[in-house]
This record gives sequence, C-alpha cells and structure tokens, in this order.
Amino acid sequence: MDALQLRKQLSNYTAQLFDEGFLDEQFTQLQQLQDENNPNFVVEVVTLFFQDSERLLDELAKSLVQPEVDFKKVDAHVHQLKGSSSSIGAHRVQRSCISFRNCCNDRNVEGCLKSLQEVRHEYSLIKDKLETLFSLEQQLLGAPSE
Amino acid sequence: MECCFDPQWPADELLMKYQYISDFFIALAYFSIPLELIYFVKKSAVFPYRWVLVQFGAFIVLCGATHLINLWTFTTHTRTVAIVMTTAKVFTAAVSCATALMLVHIIPDLLSVKTRELFLKNKAAELDREMGLIRTQEETGRHVRMLTHEIRSTLDRHTILKTTLVELGRTLALEECALWMPTRTGLELQLSYSLRQQNPVGYTVPIHLPVINQVFGTSRAVKISPNSPVARLRPLAGKYMPGEVVAVRVPLLHLSNFRINDWPELSTKRYALMVLMLPSDSARQWHVHELELVEVVADQVAVALSHAAILEESMRARDLLMEQNVALDLARREAETAIRARNDFLAVMNHEMRTPMHAIIALSSLLQETELTPEQRLMVETIMKSSSLLATLINDVLDLSRLEDGSLQLDIGTLNLRSVFNEVMCLIKPVASVKKLNIVLNLAEDFPEYAVGDEKRLMQIILNVVGNGVKFSKEGSISITASVAKAELLRDTRTPEFFPVPGDNNFYLRVQVKDTGSGISPQDIPKLFTKFAQNQSPALKNSGGSGLGLAICKRFVNLMDGHIWIESEGLGKGCTATFIVKLGIPEKMGDTKFPLIGQSAAKRVQTSFPGLKVLLVDDNSVSRAVTKGLLLHLGCEVTTVSSREECLRVVSEDHRLVIMDMCVSGVDSYDIAVQVQDRFTKRYERPLIVALTGNTDKLTKENCMRVGMDGVIVKPVSIDKMRTVLSDLLEHRVLF
Repeated sequence: MDALQLRKQLSNYTAQLFDEGFLDEQFTQLQQLQDENNPNFVVEVVTLFFQDSERLLDELAKSLVQPEVDFKKVDAHVHQLKGSSSSIGAHRVQRSCISFRNCCNDRNVEGCLKSLQEVRHEYSLIKDKLETLFSLEQQLLGAPSE
Repeated sequence: MECCFDPQWPADELLMKYQYISDFFIALAYFSIPLELIYFVKKSAVFPYRWVLVQFGAFIVLCGATHLINLWTFTTHTRTVAIVMTTAKVFTAAVSCATALMLVHIIPDLLSVKTRELFLKNKAAELDREMGLIRTQEETGRHVRMLTHEIRSTLDRHTILKTTLVELGRTLALEECALWMPTRTGLELQLSYSLRQQNPVGYTVPIHLPVINQVFGTSRAVKISPNSPVARLRPLAGKYMPGEVVAVRVPLLHLSNFRINDWPELSTKRYALMVLMLPSDSARQWHVHELELVEVVADQVAVALSHAAILEESMRARDLLMEQNVALDLARREAETAIRARNDFLAVMNHEMRTPMHAIIALSSLLQETELTPEQRLMVETIMKSSSLLATLINDVLDLSRLEDGSLQLDIGTLNLRSVFNEVMCLIKPVASVKKLNIVLNLAEDFPEYAVGDEKRLMQIILNVVGNGVKFSKEGSISITASVAKAELLRDTRTPEFFPVPGDNNFYLRVQVKDTGSGISPQDIPKLFTKFAQNQSPALKNSGGSGLGLAICKRFVNLMDGHIWIESEGLGKGCTATFIVKLGIPEKMGDTKFPLIGQSAAKRVQTSFPGLKVLLVDDNSVSRAVTKGLLLHLGCEVTTVSSREECLRVVSEDHRLVIMDMCVSGVDSYDIAVQVQDRFTKRYERPLIVALTGNTDKLTKENCMRVGMDGVIVKPVSIDKMRTVLSDLLEHRVLF
C-alpha cells in the first residue's frame, strides 16, 4: 500500500475509534503533544498505560477474592485506573471504572466482580485497537511516499 | 388765780360754779382722752410713736390733774393742797414744754407720712394704668399671632390678602378695610380687595398723590384724612362722622430681592396700600397698639406674599423645565435620526461614490495605454489627474466623517517600517525632483525593522506631512528623520496634554520632517489642524488640496495614541512637522521570519515558558507522563516525583511551580502543600503551588485556598488551558 492509502486508512480507523467512543478528546491532546522533541510520546504514554493497567487489574482481582474484601484498597486501585484511562482518553475504560467505583461505595462484592469483568473487557478492547493503530502508523512511517 | 387773791369774796358764785363745772369736765376730758388714745392705739396694729404717746398722755393727764386740783382751790384750802397744786402745775409745765418741743420733731414726720401716702396712691394708679396697657398689648400680640398664622397658613395670594383683611377687620372692629395694589404700569393703584365690597372693580387712583407718597415713605401706619381718594370707599351720607382712617404700606417683595448680603428693605420698589377705617360715629380713636398691630400685619403680609410669589415662580420654572425637557427630548431624537440618516448616507455614498471613481480611474489608465494622439493623451491625463484628486477628496471626506464619529478603526497588522519609508520616498521623489527639491531620509541605527500598526494609515500620515513639506517649499531640501522616541524625550513640556506611556509591547515612533519652504506665521499654527482651513497666503492659494490633510493626519495620529505638531520660526523660515505615534513590537516566533498577526493591546498569553522549572507530583504514572509531556511541550523544565516524601525531598527554590495531582492516594495532598510552604521562610522564594484535580466542586477549591495554594486546575487539561493557566500564574502569582 502506498502512503496516501495508508494515511487514509489510518485516519478512518482513528475516526472510527472516536466515533465508537473508545477514545475521546484527551487522546487528541496527546497527539498534539507529540512533536519533534518528543516523537514517540503517544506510544510511550500508551505503553505505560498498558503496563499500569495490567498491574492494577491483577491487584484488583487479588483483592476481590479475599474473604474480607478491603474496599478501601479496591477503591484506591480503581481510582488509579480511572485516572490513567482518563489521562490517555480511553473513554470507555474510564466509564466502566466509574460504575466500578459505585459498586465499591456500596460494598457490593458481586457488583465489584462484575464491574471488574467489564473493565477487563474494555481494557482488552482498547488495547487491541490501540495496538492496531500503532502498527498502522508504523506502516505509514515506513511506507514509500510519492 | 383770781381765787387765790380773794378767797372770801362771796361775789359771783354762779361764775365760780361754772368754772368749777368746766374744770371738772376739762379734767374729765383730759383723763379720758389718753384712755381713748390708749384704747384705739392698742386696737390698731401700727403706731410708731408710742413714746410720743406716753409723753402726750402724761401731758394730758397732768393737765387734767391740774384742773382737777384746781377744783379744791376755789374755796379755802390748806397749804397741802396748795403745794400739791403747785407741784402738779410745775410738772405739767415741764411735760407740756417737753411735749411742745417734741411736737416740733414729730409733726413734720406725720405730715410726710401723709405725703407718702399720697405718692403711693398715685403710683398705684399709674401701675394700674400700665397694667391695663400691657394687657392690651398682649391682646394685640395674640391677635397678631393669630392673624399671622391665618395669613401664613396658605400659599395662595388671594387667600392671603382676603384673610388679612377679614381678620384685621374682625380684630380691630373696622368698618372698612381695603387693599390697593399697583397696576402693571406702576402708575396707578387699583383697589384689589375690600372687606365690604365683594368684587371691587374699577377704582384706580394715581400713585403719585402726596398722601400716598407720605404713606409709602415710612414703614409706620399713618393717619390719613377720611376724605382722601383712597379712603373714600363708601358713599358718604350727610350725617356720618367718618371714623379715623389709617393707611400703611405693604412691600411687595420679588424673588430677586432675596440675596444673602442684601436685605430687602432698601431695594423694594413696589408697595401696595392698605387702608383701614374705624367705624363712623363711634368716637373711637386709633390707639398706639392698634397702629402697631397694623404695621406688624403689613409686614407679615409682605412675607406671606413673597412666599406665595416664590411658589408661583418655582411652579412656573418647573413647568418651563418640563417643556424644555420635552423639547430637548424631541431635539435629541431628531438629532439621532439625523445621525442615523447621515450614517446611512455615508455608508451608501461610500460605496456609490467610490465605484464610479474607480471605474473612471481604471478606465482612464487603461485608455492611456492605448494609441492616442497628443491632444487625446493630454485630455486623458487631465481626466486622470482630476479623477484621482476627486477620489482622494472623497476618501478624505469619508474618512474624516468616520474619524469624527469615532467609527473608524485601525487595521492593525505587522508592517515593515523600512519599506514604508522607502515607499514614501519613491512616491515623493518624482514630485520633489520636478520642483528641484532635495529629499533626505534619515533612519536611526536602532530603527526597528518590523512594527505592529496600521500600515496604510501610517503611510498616509507620513505622505501627507512630507507632501505638505514639498508642496509649500519652492526650493531647498526636505529632510525626514525617523527614530524610536526615548522615554525622557517623550515628555515634552510643550505638549503637556500628551502623556505617552511606554510599555513592554510598544514603542513610540518619532518622525520629523523639516522643510526650507515658506514657513508659517506663528498665529496661523493653531489653525493648521482645523478642517477646511487653509493658509490664506496668496502665493499658495491655488496649490490645490482641500485643507483636510492635516486634520485627518491629526486624527489618525490621535487614534494611534500619538501627537503631531508643527513648528515654524516665521514666514520664509521653513517649518518642522513632527509626529509621534505608538506602534507595537512584533513578537518573535521561533526563528521564522514570517511576521505574525499582531495582537491587540488586551491580555497577551505567553505561548511558551522556556526555562520555567516545574515540579510535578503525581503518583499515577500514566497521568504523570501525560502532564509531563504537556509541560515539556510548553517549554518547561519538568521534574517528576511520585510520592510525598520525594516531593519534599526534591523541592527547592529553583522550582517556580509545583503542580500537585490531587489523586495522590491515601495521603492528604493538602498536607503536602502546607509542608512545602513551611519549607520556605520567605514568601517570594517559595514556588507557586497548584492543584490538579478532577473535582469541580467548590469544596475542593475552598480547601485548596485554605491551605494556601495558589491555584486549582481542573482536569482534563488541554494545551491551551495549561498555557493560559501558566501565563496567568506567572503574571499574577495567583489563579483564584
């Protein structure tokens, strides 16, 4: 594929992600922060997000199977996850974190477990999409231009 | 005594009997008188001369005794009786002499008591009289007060006067009371009010009668004859003995009489006349207190009338004002309509006039390009010249009217100053060389290349000023000097109304054009900048132009916060035109030479913050990375820490700003803020502390303010938002 087509594909894909609510304005801001001083800014931040999120999700899973669930700790983790997702504009992840927090406040273990599932699901979705996005970008960089 | 010489004489026993009886009665009387005296004196309370009484009593008793003893001496009596008799007589003699002497002292006293008594009686009568007088005066006073109250309780002139007359008539039991007012002409007195006649009509009396002058000449009430024309109000029947008549003047005070330093008594000119008549055939006389009453009432009436007059005036003035208000309102609306009409006209004419002009100019210049005979070419050139003149005129007039309106706005943009001046030179050099004038342009070494301002208008100003120099010079040279005005030189004592305020983002451009032309006489200089006023010197009469040029220049210069002035030493000595205008300093944008769109004088947001050391505290790695990227993008130097301890360890006075993400889990971020602040003793050393939070509620903001933070930023943060925030913080040191 040539650069033009790749570019078109990339922009379509990005637009689709925005339309479907996977990404929001914050992601645009991130993209704007990427300049010649910081050429891989977005990738770096997203990678950080992935690492952080996976850690948090594991922690959450561990905390929720305890006989005495420490809701405070759970809440703290979810809060962190919410923060991270909102920082990069992962909109759907952020939303699911909000409902997770509500369950936490209600001290509803069942609800929490369900929310955790949801968050996990959303996370894997966004991870997938972003990875696709980045590979498209890589292709674009490597592609021959006219 | 005869009895002692002839005791045996038996003659006149009758005589002796009578003497006997008389002596007896005398003795009786003499004894009873003191008794009576004592009795009555004891009865009375006051009798000052008791001692006298005793003496007198003794005298009387002794006299009585003598006469009593005498009784025994009629017949033969023994020697004892004689001795007793003699003793009694001696005593009597002594006492009577003493008493006689005493009476010399006493009787005058007694007499004077009498006179004193008379005196006191007189005094008492006098006091009674005075009492009577005071009582009447008080009565009068009461009447006056009552009258005054009645008079002053109304502000209506007619009521005042009518009431006065009625009350006076009642108080003084008058037969007739009348008021004569001066007519408008002031030459006659007209009977205006009368007690008995309801509608007095037609009586007038010339004002300069001697009796009237007499009354007007004094402020007292004056008795006048009942036959004088002012007093003849009732038809006189034969047998009436008319009562006494009194007249008093009533000053008619005007509003203008009441000046603070000028009391009205001397400045009134108009009086009314009040005439009062006692009932005829009553033999009553005008008493002093009644006259006084009348005078006081006259004064009060004057005051009440003046109040009424003031009220009338103020009502009139108010009505007048209202009328004027209405008229002004109308005028304003008309003016507004006129202005609107004019603006509409201008708007239309602007377009309508220019379009044909452009057409003419364009087509004539095209025509010039074609093949033309010399005459044709001449004609076309004339057309071109005339039409450009006309176009300029139209533009000038339209510009000027917009300038006057204040509706003209400058087109601010970045301009290249050097090229502006070069263009001016290019335009003016041909004209100057035709007139054989030399033009020199001097630009200072620190002359900025770029500036921010209205390029077109600036050129217009320079062209106009230089053009004037060229126009009015027949020979010699024109020198143009342009430089950046220094602050000290800006404050020129010659132009005290011009207050240049140099700032960081602007500078003042100073341009001076000197010519060696005909100069201007000093009295003409102020007129230079007025519209349509031309220098009337005959040599320049036909040099064309509308006289608007300098006026427009001045207005443009004023719009640019500047000042323009012309100096000349006199006719034939050339003149110097100088103007100073404010231009903006264009900002640098990296190393691009491409000029930016200039910015208005309003708040300027810094676009990058090179070297700003920021300490970022955030325990969420992702958001930390994002915020760091944001700050780096804006040119800051960012240090990141992820925990409280690290923050406290790392923070130093190098950091100008500490951005704290409020989600630092489990720890009260407010605490950190306080601890950071405690670190720095001096306020200016410590960095600004700003909270970054997703909470939009007031509580968070209040808490932040409470712990002494300098600002709160609400997530999500965009680049522009961060830029504005940093700009504000650095400018004001606080964001709240």
